[in-house]
Amino acid sequence: MSVLVWVAVVLIGGAGSVVRFLADGLVSSTAGRDFPFGTLAVNISGAVILGLLTGLALGHDQALLAGTAAVGSYTTFSTWMLETQRLAEGRQHGKAIANIAVSLVLGVAAAALGRLIGAHL
Amino acid sequence: MSEPAISRAGRPAADGPTATATAGPSSRRPRLALPRADRREIAAIFVGGATGTLLRAALAEAFPHAATTWPWPTFGVNIAAAFLLGYFVTRLQERLPLSAYRRPLLGTGLCGGLSTFSTMQVEILKMISAGAWGLAAGYAAASIAAGYAAIHLATALVRRVRVRQ
Repeated sequence: MSVLVWVAVVLIGGAGSVVRFLADGLVSSTAGRDFPFGTLAVNISGAVILGLLTGLALGHDQALLAGTAAVGSYTTFSTWMLETQRLAEGRQHGKAIANIAVSLVLGVAAAALGRLIGAHL
Repeated sequence: MSEPAISRAGRPAADGPTATATAGPSSRRPRLALPRADRREIAAIFVGGATGTLLRAALAEAFPHAATTWPWPTFGVNIAAAFLLGYFVTRLQERLPLSAYRRPLLGTGLCGGLSTFSTMQVEILKMISAGAWGLAAGYAAASIAAGYAAIHLATALVRRVRVRQ
């Protein structure tokens, strides 16, 4: 694997993180901050795209750049967990449980849908 | 050392790592708007995200795994990133003076780039497709339990140090 691929991983990873920040802010500004809709939107949309890429059966380098680097950096596990813990800490247990359940169920469903679409492209 | 007093002393608002970007008097009104961020803040997210992604991608390449085995690279980076994010965010919100670039660099960038939600979901999907329902359920449950515990532990550690001083 060439150095160029790893340079691309770095650049794409940085860009994916900036896009996540912007998309999260965009959704949060509309949907409000009582529930972490921004992270949810980013994670579910990312799961659809990664599912789609999986369905396309890309080559190794393509999968590394588009999947691991781009979509991987665009979505986040750590913020999802932080927001859940902060909700629970603020005694909003219903929202904390909903944040876990909705993300997980929609996430797997989104990945399945994306893979289905990708396989038919 | 009373734990409840520590928690009460430094409970932050239930906001996400990016909340500071648009927080303001006008953010109450629902309005579609990109977060207000200057170039240096965006640059900090880029650098942090690039570093986190490089680490995650390198681990994924170094330790490939079959669809029906435990995805240690993803599991490892996710739990590590959760611990680091809990540490950074609590420390930056409750201990250190307000810094414009530490949180974008370390929280939104590094931890966000290091951790991944989408890869975890596709791994779960592949386990389900292969009929490994127990592994899928175990992986999802262990990731969430360990990720949550990591945030909790890191937060408690930062708050404990604060009280001693």
